[in-house]
Formats: sequence, C-alpha cells, structure tokens
Amino acid sequence: MAITLDDTISRQQHTILTRLLSRQTTWVFVAVLVFCIYMAVVSPPFLTGSNLFNITRNFTFTAIIALGMTIVIITGGIDLSVGSVLCLCSMVVAVVMHAGFSIYVGIGASLATALLVGTFNGVLIAYVGMPPFVVTLGMLSIARSLAMVTSGNTTVFQFGPDHQKLLTVGGGLLRLGPLSVAYPVIYTILLALLVGYILLWTKFGRYVFAIGGNEQAAVLTGVPVRLVKLAVYVISSLSAGICGIIMTGWLGAVTTNLGTGMELQVIAAAVIGGANLAGGAGTAIGALIGAALIEIIRNSLGLLGVSAFWQGVFIGAAILLAVLFERIRAATQRYSS
Amino acid sequence: MAVLELSEVSKNFGAIQALNNVTLSLEAGQVIGLMGDNGAGKSTLVKIIAGNFPASHGAMRIDGREVTFHRPIEARQAGIEIVYQDLALCGNLTAAANVFLSREIYRGIAPLHVLDYSAMYKRAAELFKELKSETRARDLVKQMSGGQCQAVAIARTMLSEPKIVLMDEPTAAISVRQVAEVLNLIKHLRDRGIAVILISHRMPDVFAVADRIAVLRRGTKVADKQIASSSPEEVTGLITGAIERA
Repeated sequence: MAITLDDTISRQQHTILTRLLSRQTTWVFVAVLVFCIYMAVVSPPFLTGSNLFNITRNFTFTAIIALGMTIVIITGGIDLSVGSVLCLCSMVVAVVMHAGFSIYVGIGASLATALLVGTFNGVLIAYVGMPPFVVTLGMLSIARSLAMVTSGNTTVFQFGPDHQKLLTVGGGLLRLGPLSVAYPVIYTILLALLVGYILLWTKFGRYVFAIGGNEQAAVLTGVPVRLVKLAVYVISSLSAGICGIIMTGWLGAVTTNLGTGMELQVIAAAVIGGANLAGGAGTAIGALIGAALIEIIRNSLGLLGVSAFWQGVFIGAAILLAVLFERIRAATQRYSS
Repeated sequence: MAVLELSEVSKNFGAIQALNNVTLSLEAGQVIGLMGDNGAGKSTLVKIIAGNFPASHGAMRIDGREVTFHRPIEARQAGIEIVYQDLALCGNLTAAANVFLSREIYRGIAPLHVLDYSAMYKRAAELFKELKSETRARDLVKQMSGGQCQAVAIARTMLSEPKIVLMDEPTAAISVRQVAEVLNLIKHLRDRGIAVILISHRMPDVFAVADRIAVLRRGTKVADKQIASSSPEEVTGLITGAIERA
C-alpha cells in the first residue's frame, strides 16, 4: 500500500498530553502538588507567605547544583565532588574578599577555581579514561581538604570592603508588590532556563543525550565525545561554584563542613526529577521539581513535628518510588508496543 | 569509471598480515558481497575504506582520484558512508535525531541558532518514505523493530548523497521478515546509483542482492566474480579453502 508523506507525518503526531503523561517529571510534579495540598489542609502554616518564601529560597541551593548534575547524569556520568567543590569555591570567595579584594575578584577567583576543578575532573574522565565515580570521589576529598588549607580550617565571616554586597548577592530580595522573591530563586530560574535551552535547542545538548544513549555510536557518527564529556564536568563544577558563592552570601559565614553530603541530595533531586543514572534521560525542569520535592519533604516534616531524623527515609522512598515508576512505565510501554 | 578502486592494498598489524595485495573495484549502482571466514580480512578492508586507519601499502582511488584517509570524517567527506553491524544508533533519541546526529539542521543566526526540529523531522520522513519504510521520524529508536532500526541507519547514509555505502552484517540479528525489508533497502540504494559493499555471513542474502561477490581468505582475495556465474556451494568452498581460487 502506498504511503504518502502526509500520512507518515500525521502518524508521527503525538499529543502534548500523551507526551506529558509519559514523563516521570510530570508525575513527580503531580506528587509535589498533591503533597502541597495535603500539607495546606493538615498544617495551615505551610501556605503562609514566609514559609513559601523559605521553601523557594532553600530549594535553590540543591536545584542549582542539580541542574549541572543532571547534564552529567544524562551523559551516563556522575559527579560526587559537588559538595566539596561548593565548599572550596565558597571558601575561595570568602578568603579572597576577606583579604581586601573586591567582590568581583572574589567571585572571579571562585569561578576560576570551579573551572579548574571541572577541567581536572573532565580531563581525567574524558581523555585519560578514568571512571567518573573514582575521579570525582577523589576530588570530593581533595576539594574539601583544599578548603581547609585555604582557610586554615577556620570560619570566615568577614568579607572585606564588599561584605554587604556579597550578603545582598545571596540574601537579597526582589519585591514585586506584596510578594518577596529571594535573589537565589531568580538565579535558579535563569540557570534552569539556560540549561533547558542548552539541552533542548543546541547541538551540545543533543550530543549530551547521544553520549548517554550510546557513547560508541556517538563516537562513530562524529560527535566530539571527549570534548563534550570534559564540558559537562566543567558545567557541573561551575554550578557548584555558583551555588557556593550564593550560599556564602546567604549564610554570611563559611565553615569547612559546608556542603558535606550535599552530593547525595543533589543526585537524589536529579534522579527524582527523571534523570536516569544509566544515562540518556533528564531535564532541567525535572532537576527543579526533584529539588523542590526534597525541600518540601524537609519543610513539611518540620511543620508536622516529625523528627528530622526521618528525612532520609522519606527522601529515599521518593527516589525508590520515582525510579520504580519509571521502570513500570517503561515496561508498560514495551508491552504495548 | 569505477567509483572505488583498491590497488594492491595491504595492511600489517605488527607481524600480522591482515590484508595482502587486495585489488578491488566497484562501479556506481553496483552491490558487491564481501565474504570470508572470521579473520579473513573483511573488517580490516572495510575499515581502511571507511577511514578508521590507512593501508600499509597500496592505493585507493575514489572517482579516479587517489585518496588516503586517516579519520572516518575524511571518508565521509569523500562520499563514503558506513552502516555498522550494531547500527551505531542512540536508543534514547528519535529516528530523526539519529539520522541527523552530528549533521543537525539549524534555524536562526549563528551563534544563537537553534536546532530546527521541524526541518529534521520533515527531511527524515522524506527519507523513510523514499526507502518505503514505515519508520516514523518522531519515534524513539529503542521502541523500533530491527528492520526499522536498519532503515534509520540507512537513511543516515543517504543524507549526504553518498557514492559508496559500506554495510557490515546488516542482516545478522533480525527476523526473516525484517531481512526482506533490509534487502529491499539495499536494492533501493543500488537503484539510486549508490555503490554498496555488503559484508555478510548469510549466503542467501548476498545472492539475493549482490551483483558481484568477492571472497577473502587469510587476507588474500581468492575470488571476484559475477554473482550469476557463481553458486553458494562454490563460495562455501572458497571460504573454507576447499576451492583454492575462482
């Protein structure tokens, strides 16, 4: 039977609803909404302006790094060093500014540190061929140690002549009528838009997915696999560095245990948001939703008077449910096709 | 004029002689079946043509012009495309994304240009229609049958209007019905005037589509003849060594 081009194209049309419903991110988002409604009913303080402000601000720190981590995970890699890199970059901006340099020099030095760490990780992974897990595990230790060396293992809370500027960067507010939006929320939205744009609309984003889907195929079809892999680890480190700068401004002090264990929370956010640890899947919006779910769980447990020790149980359950859902969905899809 | 000519091509890997003075020519619109046992040198020959590594000795000409490839991209630029045995497809990408991988279409002005999804879907759909395949441009490759995956891999080779397509065991791991689809795709390439080198262990497939057959044994070409003047029994004898030459 003859097949016309129009027939072929028309059969390719999937409805937006079908596509949305087939995504893990959508269902996690629904879970977030349901959870929010439940919390609004059982704990009215949940919906107060100040609590929503806290939730939106607090989730940004995980979300910013989860954006970078999602790109790494899409390639099939992992970056365990982000918590330590956050601490190192935070310490660099604090120490440089404490020494009397301007905020621009401090931020520049911090971002350069992140760039250097990301390049180091990327070169070892992409060009030397070492496993990402091993390289970034090593960097987890190295960066934390360097942060201690940089500060003499002391708390830094004076940021020189631009002290107030740094506090504004991390703790400033944008007032929109009755609404107050924390600056970190704005940074997160801008970074999410940037990452979303890169993943969806650029050649680099396409290559990131291709490498995660079949690295050997990407090599054979001419994708510059090593360069792309190097770039994703640089992006991941930069996201940790940016977060470190913002966190320093928000906290107003840096200690050498800043960001300890954060890598696991970030990976959890990315995975809950739909990033596949085997590579090939993930979205910017998913990273935000995953981070939001983690923060809402944390916040809700506090409001409900549940011990904070239970937090890990709920986050772990969310990871397992999200991945289980994805497995069931994939199996159903295979069965129906 | 032959579109591809190999003159006394040899390849050594240290002390191992993988290819020994192989001479081969191929004309436009011709399908040649390249057969031989494991280790006969088929893959080495194809990799030299595809630019994976250069020959140790001998010459290669494309349209009469002598060429030496050091990288696959150079072979691709000269009009040589390859369909790998595992197809080299990314299951998590759509058919169209695989077809255009590393040759994406953009809209807008560089460096702010963006991927032109609609143009790529449309062109991929045209290619699948041309191949008479029901493969859908927006479907994920991981959801496709073996035959559809072959269509994606072959559509990718057609994107650049190639002169020569190298196919490595395209029917090795697919069902009988899908084998028929793939053989039709090969015939379609031939009808478009594209020269095809088909590596296969499946005798019936080679005899179904090839115009000529070349047999390699221990790196040496032991036969190169029209398919009409050969038979599966003779080819089997040539592969195993029961028949010295033909």
